[in-house]
Amino acid sequence: MDAFIVITLIKLAVIAFVLLTAVAYLQWVERKVIAHIQVRPGPYRVGPHGLLQPLADVIKLITKEDMMPSYVNKPLYLFAPFLAVMMALLSIAVIPFGPSIEVAGYKTLMQLTDLNIGVLFILAASSMGVYGIALAGWASNNKYALLGGLRSSAQMISYELPMALAIASPLLVSNTLSLRELVASQAGSIQHWNIIGGGQIFSFLIFVIAAFAETNRVPFDLPEAENELVAGFHVEYSSMKFAAFFMAEYLNMVTVSSMATLLFLGGWEAPWPAEYGSRFVPSVIFIIAGLTALYHGAHPARKLDKYTLTGFGVIFLVLAAVFALPMVQSWLMPLFWFCAKTGAILFAFMWIRGTLPRFRYDQLMGFAWKFLFPVAMLNLLVTGFVIAWFS
Amino acid sequence: MTEVPISWYLTLSAILFALGVAGFLFRRSIITVFMSIELMLNAVNLSFITFAYQLKQVNGHLFAFFVMVVAAAEAAVGLAIILTIFKNRATLNIDDIDSMKN
Amino acid sequence: MDVFLFLVFAIIAVVAAINVVVQTHPISSAVSLIGVMGSLAVLYLLLGAEFLAAAQVIVYAGAIMVLFIFVIMLLNAGAEGKRGRSFMVQLLGVPLLVALLGLLAYFVQRMFPRGVSVHFGGFTGGTAQAVGRALFTSYLLPFEVTSLLILIAILGAIVLARKEID
Repeated sequence: MDAFIVITLIKLAVIAFVLLTAVAYLQWVERKVIAHIQVRPGPYRVGPHGLLQPLADVIKLITKEDMMPSYVNKPLYLFAPFLAVMMALLSIAVIPFGPSIEVAGYKTLMQLTDLNIGVLFILAASSMGVYGIALAGWASNNKYALLGGLRSSAQMISYELPMALAIASPLLVSNTLSLRELVASQAGSIQHWNIIGGGQIFSFLIFVIAAFAETNRVPFDLPEAENELVAGFHVEYSSMKFAAFFMAEYLNMVTVSSMATLLFLGGWEAPWPAEYGSRFVPSVIFIIAGLTALYHGAHPARKLDKYTLTGFGVIFLVLAAVFALPMVQSWLMPLFWFCAKTGAILFAFMWIRGTLPRFRYDQLMGFAWKFLFPVAMLNLLVTGFVIAWFS
Repeated sequence: MTEVPISWYLTLSAILFALGVAGFLFRRSIITVFMSIELMLNAVNLSFITFAYQLKQVNGHLFAFFVMVVAAAEAAVGLAIILTIFKNRATLNIDDIDSMKN
Repeated sequence: MDVFLFLVFAIIAVVAAINVVVQTHPISSAVSLIGVMGSLAVLYLLLGAEFLAAAQVIVYAGAIMVLFIFVIMLLNAGAEGKRGRSFMVQLLGVPLLVALLGLLAYFVQRMFPRGVSVHFGGFTGGTAQAVGRALFTSYLLPFEVTSLLILIAILGAIVLARKEID
């Protein structure tokens, strides 16, 4: 019993630390990706290639004046960002990052807790996340904040329906609600993944579209855009409370990307079995990245990056060597595949942010109720029919 | 003692139900009256699930599920009625909606 | 551990329920009601009803209460006015309520022998599989009827709350 508590506390600390750092650096990645889409360098000066920019942002946000206007509803004003972050962090507790690992004789799962209703738990946490925004809009005692908060929460609950139906279809195929068993039912190779072998490509698309709307990302970010409604529900918030809302948004992004990976893309399973060489894929990728960085670093046209790019090249080659070590491969490979798939979906989030314009509010709601919801229901119907026919 | 007697759950359900009845009878805002009704329905759900535990059957869970569904439908229609009343009377005080009296 | 969890969440539920009844502003009542539903969800988990606990949070606390909060925000329902109740009623109200609850508790205790006690893991039949199986076999007719009920409720709500387009 004691070992269980100590191991769980250690896992909690590791996951919390890694997650919060990842959220900060996710913002760096987003700014870089959008900048390169718009043909400009992005954060470049604070640290090598702007890598210390998140640290600078955190210091700026902490040292900003923390105002509390006198006309706000104080308990709800203070509670709303806390609720948003709490619900966003709660979903991470059930996400599995890999199979079981063995450290110093103690076997443990790479997951904080394995609920047998894991999918419902994540749906519940995302349903409760609506309150953070609705109560923030109300507590600010401001017309624009109230309208933004109401619009945003109406959008979130409208898109919860197609999302739940899109989640139900791969659950019919995999026949379990536990996230770990979901991944186990997609073991093997890429043809067993729910998106290909289970035929859930439409559910995947519906889920991703609904996920964009749930996390208030472009093209569905009308309620919180800066040039609409004076920034919507967080207009009266400053410094750390404002940072809390954005941390909650990035955490929600990580959660829905992980859900898409676990439900549709096979979790931490490799696309083809390890015997046929999928053990070498990470090393090959890192070797290519390292050689590219070294080449660009040695190029005479980029004078400013001479040392930073060569430094990164060396780091990538070291990582390639680390991935080739057989002793860490049992837990490092599944973690790599999980992070690669989740990272690909997160990159798609950022790519779309740099590319698409945003929807008008009535277009957004009409899209949910008149198109996405019937399509999701039809998808569920067809999936159920096919499963019943072939069993 | 390491186990909770089942009567404690039923007592809690009774307390919540009594509080719901108190709210229903004594409050004047329509929305608070409606919320007291939801509190009563929740108390009854707790009773159903407690009895399902005692009889070791899943039927109590099914009943609680149907209560939840009916409460959702009732909340939707009830809130629409409240919106209509507000549109016509501009008040949410149940003592002021007395145009059929005398 | 079970006793500790039960006592903590039962006390939270009762305090939040008292808050629902006592608070003047509807938003505070609504937030307290969400607290009641959350603690009841934990109590359902202790009773082995895992699917119902998730459904409670998703449906009740996550959708129905959002609807309540929307309506309160849209109507801008203010705090209730002072009530003109006589002092004698206020003096007798709370003690009588406590007496009623005490009698209820006593009779409930007498009806159920202390042999049945709840411990976490005592009932494993509340999984989604068990509920789903019962829902689609023995309770199929109520299931279909409630889906019809929801359809009627949606139509009713839309008809009542729409704007007339002339």
